Amino acid sequence: MSTREVTDSQGMSFLDSLPRRAVVVFAPLAVFVFVLLFPFYWMVMTTFKPNAELLSREGNPFWVINPTLAHIEKLLFHTAYPEWMWNTVLVSVVSTFTSLAASVLAAYAIERLRYKGSKQVGLAIFLAYLVPPSILFIPLATIVTELGLFDTRWALILTYPTFLIPFCTWLLMGYFRTIPYELEECALIDGATRWQILTRIILPLAVPGLISAGIFAFTLSWNEFIYALTFISSSEVKTVPVGVVTELVEGDVYHWGSLMAGALLGSLPVAVLYSFFVEYYVSGMTGAVKE
Amino acid sequence: MKKFLDNRNTLGLMFMLPAGVLLLVFLTYPLGLGTWLGFTDAKIGRPGQWVGLENYEFLWGDSVTRLALFNTLFYTVVASVLKFFLGLWLAILLNERIPFKSFFRAAILLPYIVPTALSAIAFWWMFDAQFSVISWVLTRMGWIHGYIDFLGDPWNARFSVIAANVWRGVPFVAITLLAGLQTISPTLYEAAAIDGATGWQRFWHVTLPLLTPIIAVVMTFSVLFTFTDFQLIYVITRGGPLNATHLMATLSFQRAISGGALGEGAAIAIAMVPFLLAAIMFSYFGLQRRAWQQGGSDK
Repeated sequence: MSTREVTDSQGMSFLDSLPRRAVVVFAPLAVFVFVLLFPFYWMVMTTFKPNAELLSREGNPFWVINPTLAHIEKLLFHTAYPEWMWNTVLVSVVSTFTSLAASVLAAYAIERLRYKGSKQVGLAIFLAYLVPPSILFIPLATIVTELGLFDTRWALILTYPTFLIPFCTWLLMGYFRTIPYELEECALIDGATRWQILTRIILPLAVPGLISAGIFAFTLSWNEFIYALTFISSSEVKTVPVGVVTELVEGDVYHWGSLMAGALLGSLPVAVLYSFFVEYYVSGMTGAVKE
Repeated sequence: MKKFLDNRNTLGLMFMLPAGVLLLVFLTYPLGLGTWLGFTDAKIGRPGQWVGLENYEFLWGDSVTRLALFNTLFYTVVASVLKFFLGLWLAILLNERIPFKSFFRAAILLPYIVPTALSAIAFWWMFDAQFSVISWVLTRMGWIHGYIDFLGDPWNARFSVIAANVWRGVPFVAITLLAGLQTISPTLYEAAAIDGATGWQRFWHVTLPLLTPIIAVVMTFSVLFTFTDFQLIYVITRGGPLNATHLMATLSFQRAISGGALGEGAAIAIAMVPFLLAAIMFSYFGLQRRAWQQGGSDK
């Protein structure tokens, strides 16, 4: 296995010569970065390429000769894309904040109130996190229909918390655990209510955790696909991922330019948000895995 | 009233209410309803009658379902193994002293955070039979003579969607394992080096045992989400060609939502549960426990 040479230098990398490191570290790393980022480069190139260049095997496909905004223009003014964008923002924001609020209360109750059975509930929350949406979407579709929510944004706003709450609660439980009990005891002696303790002491101290959970939850709802595909059928309430996949693909002629423009514009908001909060995002992701 | 609110059980119940209601109505209840639907002949717009194991008997004899089960297992095993080795390798590379480390780490996670459905379209375009950029490069390098039919041939299609899945999953494995690697104290490696351990021995006797618990968790998540994958397949191949890439999840969508056979679709979805439980049990008892019990000195 190729990890052999790589681990050679671990902890003692000052012993290694530069040419050796170039081969065992930098070269493979460069390949990884290239492969992982190439699809995004390709999205950008395709977005700005005129159709003539897209559908030609001649020339260098890695560059645009005559950049065009035609695909983006088509997307913004001749499709329902702006509406999908608005729906995605609305659904993601509302379901994220709902889930965060519910998760803060639940995590505080499980971690700090320690009511009877809180241990079991904590475990159940973790198990809920392991239930994949692809085994829930069929029964959920019938429930959503019976509640009269089919084809509305509410269908998504109410179902997204099923995967957001378990994740956020689990993450916040970890954060709350790191806040010393003594702070809470002092406040209790001073006559503070539990609600005051939660809002004035615990929450200000848990801000990094709240940001991590919020960012992660927002990305998860922005990226959600199977529920949005199943519960929504009218174009004006679709989200971006579903809209691009179901409405921009027409017949046998694929409009790669506008498809890639749609993919690019739909990825940008999460990518930008992520770039501002990388540390929170990573700590959210690894925190959830490390218990 | 004050006394009432001071009771931790009452207060706990009140605090649990929003999360509890949402999860009971939209998670626990559907899980039960799905199990029940699997035993009925429900169609869209028509409540079903109890039919016992009829759906499962039918599906067992159905060649498409059997193929989907094979595809799902193949997809999960191959993709998970690749994700594990590539992810571990990438994590070890990122744990080295390299310039712009935080930039690399941030850039590498990008495939994981953008909407999968959207990046899947990019793969679909890169796998295009006529204009694939991969084929373009390979022909220019003289390695192949005709363009590759990535998605038209069953085995090509299988490996193409696996490649897309691995591309999306490697960053998650790498970044979480990197977090695990960073908790290993460098003094352990120095001590091992002084004792004359080779690089391979250091990896095998220091890195791997200390990393085992986190590997178990990461790979459980990875296997779980690969096994139940839906978006990639739905976007890139819709299960084709000739059902060669249909997974259980996409097949259950096709039968239940596109085809209207809710009962049958639910049965396919529920049939995934035993496999998921097995994966969780395996990781929990097989990997995690062993490392704990022996004080993290597995092997």
